[in-house]
Amino acid sequence: MTLLATVNSDVPFNVAQNVGFGVIAVLMVTGALRVVTTNNVVHAALWLVLVLAGAAAQFILLAAEFVAITQVLVYIGAIVVLFLFGVMLTRAPIRGEAGLTRSNWFGGALVGVLLLGLLSFTLLDTFGGDRLPADTRLTLRPAAVSQAEGTEPTAGSNVGAVSDSIFSRYLIPFEAVSVLLTAALIGAIVLARKE
Amino acid sequence: MTAASLLAADPLLAGKVDLAVVLIVALKAVIVLAFLLVATMLMIWFERKVHADMTNRIGPNQAGPFGILQSVADGVKVFFKEDLLPDRADRFVFRLAPFLSVVPAFLTFAVVPIGGNFSDADGGVIELFGHRTLLQLADPPIGVLLVLAMSSIAVYGVMLAGWSSGSKYPLLGSVRASAQMVSYEAALGLSTVTVVLVAGTLTTSGIVAAQHTWNWNLWATGIVPFVVFLIAATAELNRPPFDLVEAEQELVGGFHTEYSGVRFAMYYLAEFMNTVTMSAIIVTLFLGGPNGPVLVGPEWLWGIVWFFAKLMLLLFTFAWFRATLPRFRYDQLMDLGWKALIPLALGWLLLMIAIRVGSDEGWNPILVMVVGVAALAAGYALLVLAGRTARRNRELAGAHL
Amino acid sequence: MLLNQFLILSAVLFAIGVYGVIARRNGVAVLMSIELILNAVNINLVAFSAMTGTLAGQVFALFVIAIAAAEVGVGLAIVLVIYRNRRSIDLDEVDLMRG
Repeated sequence: MTLLATVNSDVPFNVAQNVGFGVIAVLMVTGALRVVTTNNVVHAALWLVLVLAGAAAQFILLAAEFVAITQVLVYIGAIVVLFLFGVMLTRAPIRGEAGLTRSNWFGGALVGVLLLGLLSFTLLDTFGGDRLPADTRLTLRPAAVSQAEGTEPTAGSNVGAVSDSIFSRYLIPFEAVSVLLTAALIGAIVLARKE
Repeated sequence: MTAASLLAADPLLAGKVDLAVVLIVALKAVIVLAFLLVATMLMIWFERKVHADMTNRIGPNQAGPFGILQSVADGVKVFFKEDLLPDRADRFVFRLAPFLSVVPAFLTFAVVPIGGNFSDADGGVIELFGHRTLLQLADPPIGVLLVLAMSSIAVYGVMLAGWSSGSKYPLLGSVRASAQMVSYEAALGLSTVTVVLVAGTLTTSGIVAAQHTWNWNLWATGIVPFVVFLIAATAELNRPPFDLVEAEQELVGGFHTEYSGVRFAMYYLAEFMNTVTMSAIIVTLFLGGPNGPVLVGPEWLWGIVWFFAKLMLLLFTFAWFRATLPRFRYDQLMDLGWKALIPLALGWLLLMIAIRVGSDEGWNPILVMVVGVAALAAGYALLVLAGRTARRNRELAGAHL
Repeated sequence: MLLNQFLILSAVLFAIGVYGVIARRNGVAVLMSIELILNAVNINLVAFSAMTGTLAGQVFALFVIAIAAAEVGVGLAIVLVIYRNRRSIDLDEVDLMRG
């Protein structure tokens, strides 16, 4: 991909960030492959943790630290723990089991490879060597709000801007998500309780 | 580039990063690591001494003066023990699990400000070798959320240890422990939100800076979140009176039954290390961190002294809990968490928000308080009613727990 | 950094997730593959947010995380009910609706 970096090369090329991206990306892809191939559900959950942590690291690389910490808090701290609970309650054997993958898995592999080829062709064709802007200071926080609160926005952080954005422009989706969460909570309790 | 603006939150890293800056960061990391390890060793000795005094015993008194080297002696002994690996264990996960318990404790401690003078506009920034920096390893803009995230990651060490041991007592112990830790995290988070609401920032240094001149969050948030946080933290740490994870009478040793040698020592260490870290977090969130009056001597020293004094007070409280309170039963534990602490923390948060909105809008504060309390009382009455109905229905159906 | 390096990483994760959903028989493993797909979408959203300099992508990534939590809660409850009824979470055996 760096071969394509000749377009708009006025942005300085940061070696450390690209090396960091590469290492994390390799870890994530390895982890994802192990998630779908390992024969032990608990091991799959642990590889999933690796992928999720890698995604959080990529978010920090993209200066989205609030999304990154939410990813760790909700995905790693709650969702995968829930998976492990599910695995323990359904008594997964500790040695792993053979029947985790279908015998005709190559059909799925074919679909996956075709999908990957299609997606990468489209992406390379559309975005080519587009580079991310050098310094993404995402400060949408209006000055009036920060003065009314009496609190200074933290230097270099966009947490305040994200929260302002959620509670003004995206308030309706936010409320819809909270209703959805309540519905899911009640639904899960109704499903899982013993008669 | 993109991530550079994140690093700029720490004044040390805002300018040009040269060798001196890297060395200062490395020095801080080593100091925090050594500090936490020494504090953990002393905490083990301190707790045993306090517990012994409260139960009319002498406690460790052989190794060193007052037995202060007891933890070192224990460590050496356990280091030379045979490291057993159960036949039916999942080898990789069994080896991995102890590290997952220890690492979050260190990472949490990295965001705790252990010194500095927060009373002026500088906000705890001190001079170190000609560079301006904070007396904490890292000051991310989302420090408080990092603390919560690490406490939720600590569940993994317990859960995987129980599962990978391949026998039933550890599995039962770990399912219990992780259910307990997940349940109490909600109360922990809700009382932390109250602190964030009052302080108006997510950085730990900002929270400490907001508490200078005795404006501690302990009373700024109205005591209740502190009490909820203290109880939830005790449960989160699996410490007495919530230590039914390792209730010997029921579960042998709980999740670490199959562990021995160095790996067992890591769990033992992690338990006390988490206690020290959690106490440091409570000091930071509620007790003003290193804030305190400057008496004679250099200014920077007093921040560290006050931090230590508050830390010792909390560690003593935890030891006191252990010596005096009987263990909870499992259903009592869950009732306390879900039916008492979470509604209490949530209700108090809503009340604080109502008062904050009222003062912003210029409403009558007494009226806001009365209406808020009335609404919360109505909500509580509904909750009690729902609980009663559910219990009656259960009795009618003849189901047993 | 290129925009495409993030987008292609996310495409790889997406494809692996799709493979997992098709090829796995175990209910919990299928749910994990769905998480991979959702995560790939999140990387896309945040990368585009950094590209355009607006926050919409990050906000929607947060929504996706919340919805993923809801999805896993209900999904695992369903898997648990299947396990309780048939002592197995093999999805190939859940074919009672077949005509």
